[in-house]
Amino acid sequence: MITGLAATTAPGRPAGAPAPGGPPRLPRRIARSRRAVAGLVLLAALFAVAFGGPLLSRWGWDDTDFAAFRQGPSARHWLGTTQSGRDVLALTLRGTRRSLLIGLSVAVLSTGLAGLVGTVAGFAGGRLDRVLMWATDLLLVLPSFLLVAVLAPQLGGGGLVPLLAALLWMVSARAVRGTTVSLREREYVLAARFLGASPARVIVRHVLPQLASLLVVDASVNVSVAVIAESGLSYLGFGVRPPDVSLGTLVAAGQGAAATCPWPFAAAAAMLVLIVLAVNLLGDGLRDVLDPAAGQGRGDR
Amino acid sequence: MAAFLLRRLGNHVVLAVAATSLAYLLAAAALDPRANFEGRAPRPPESVVDARLTRLNLNDRTSLAVRYGTWAAGVLHGDFGRTWDGRPVNAELWRRLGVSVRLLSPGAFLGSALGILLGAYAAIRQGRAADRFITLGSYLLLAVPVFVLAVLLQIVAAKANDAMGMHVFAWVGETTPGAAHGTFGALGGLADRMRHLLLPTVTIAMTQAAFYSRYQRGLMLDVLHTDFVRTARAKGLRRRTALLRHGLRTALIPMTTYFAYSFGFLVLGGMFCEQAFGWHGMGEWLVEAISRGDVNVVAAISCLAACGVLSAGLASDVLHGVLDPRVRAGAAA
Repeated sequence: MITGLAATTAPGRPAGAPAPGGPPRLPRRIARSRRAVAGLVLLAALFAVAFGGPLLSRWGWDDTDFAAFRQGPSARHWLGTTQSGRDVLALTLRGTRRSLLIGLSVAVLSTGLAGLVGTVAGFAGGRLDRVLMWATDLLLVLPSFLLVAVLAPQLGGGGLVPLLAALLWMVSARAVRGTTVSLREREYVLAARFLGASPARVIVRHVLPQLASLLVVDASVNVSVAVIAESGLSYLGFGVRPPDVSLGTLVAAGQGAAATCPWPFAAAAAMLVLIVLAVNLLGDGLRDVLDPAAGQGRGDR
Repeated sequence: MAAFLLRRLGNHVVLAVAATSLAYLLAAAALDPRANFEGRAPRPPESVVDARLTRLNLNDRTSLAVRYGTWAAGVLHGDFGRTWDGRPVNAELWRRLGVSVRLLSPGAFLGSALGILLGAYAAIRQGRAADRFITLGSYLLLAVPVFVLAVLLQIVAAKANDAMGMHVFAWVGETTPGAAHGTFGALGGLADRMRHLLLPTVTIAMTQAAFYSRYQRGLMLDVLHTDFVRTARAKGLRRRTALLRHGLRTALIPMTTYFAYSFGFLVLGGMFCEQAFGWHGMGEWLVEAISRGDVNVVAAISCLAACGVLSAGLASDVLHGVLDPRVRAGAAA
């Protein structure tokens, strides 16, 4: 997804013309960043395992094996079973799918919202700008943990994604607005405006490409925040309801017996750490590639 | 400086009032304390439940504005109301605050100091083995949620206890009952407290150190190549003095912003720590209060958390002034 976005924004860059001897094109620069590649590969592997794994295992996440309660790994159950006879591997993969989907959809929604509000506010200026920024500041004051913990159980399973997205966009919307305000007065944007391009066209064709690096990095940060937030809420008991599982509830259920029966805890914890690690690696790698100035002097990333 | 701080303080007070009011309104509108009474067997008559809820200012049949007015009048007199079973919130609030402060402060101090030193050291040794090790470590730690880290440490400690054949590490609760009345008296009680603090402190210190070292390394690298550090070396200062007094001091200035930010992190992390280590602090209370629909408790904790985060912001402003003479000069002029 992210390479696709990067590839489409590359031609929009003012210096993006493939001059001989010029800077290499974006996909190649990403391929050269060890962190970005490691993150991408890890993330792809996680997706493959989470979505392909159930095809290989004959146990569904909601199946109960009445012949095996709380057992270690065996040929029948690759990662053992829980106290109630459910297959640990199937449960972990279910939780992983959930985390990956929530992470990605929250990131897309919140970054999209940040981009929309930020560019519109920065580009329009005047009263609309003031109203939008005032609303943004108001949302920043909201006690966000309380809001999620109180509302998530009431909204049900589908409510968590819009809720998390609604709480994550404010800071980046401010950053986007700041950049947009300075871009608005650049010569090429002025030229496009004086040529009669509509505001929407100017924003999409001339302002957004300049913001691409900011938004891509912001999205990657939001993925890991959303994954940790979802599992943390479920760990505390404010997330998914019992028959269904998330990596957070698996960690909470496994921690009591972790010393004697480590498999349920270890599998869920490892998946959680791997997801966050992959996303952090990818985000850091992309920031270095897309925004060299931010990484200047920061050494050998 | 004083005028600047006063203005910031006024700003923060407005924000704290707004955040607390929003928290109260949200909790009062969405939570359902009535369910506690309806779940009881035998179920009390409705008029009794109504009277009881009204006395506690928790009745959802009173309009929200009226309830808010009653609650706000109480808070202005320093009274956060009562819990759903009729006990005063204030007394419990201070007790719980004490527990949370005892749990979090050692780890927070240790973690931030360690993180700043490790980050600065990694920057000085940029590209060497030490730098790679510290960077990798902070990277891995940042990917491990607090509640996973806490359980991992407990597993390691359990193995260590088994290996040594004695109970060196303890991690359930704040004290072992009766430890203060053993052979060693009060001293034994103190030792027992320290033993219980060890694992939570390590958990919090590790996450804080990982967070701080990442930022400090970047900031320190920016400073290392500046002219003033070179000048300090050129005028004959030792490398250590030049780096500490001119480099680290300057690199700490932007960190003051992160200090306020990380305080919010700390409060959230503390909630998971209390849950994982069985401490009965504010975080555990908040989780209980939300599931039980205890509106006044939720509002009181939100108020304290808002005040905490905003004082951390104020403290970071003061630190900024202490570290950066330009701020003091600018404010005095």
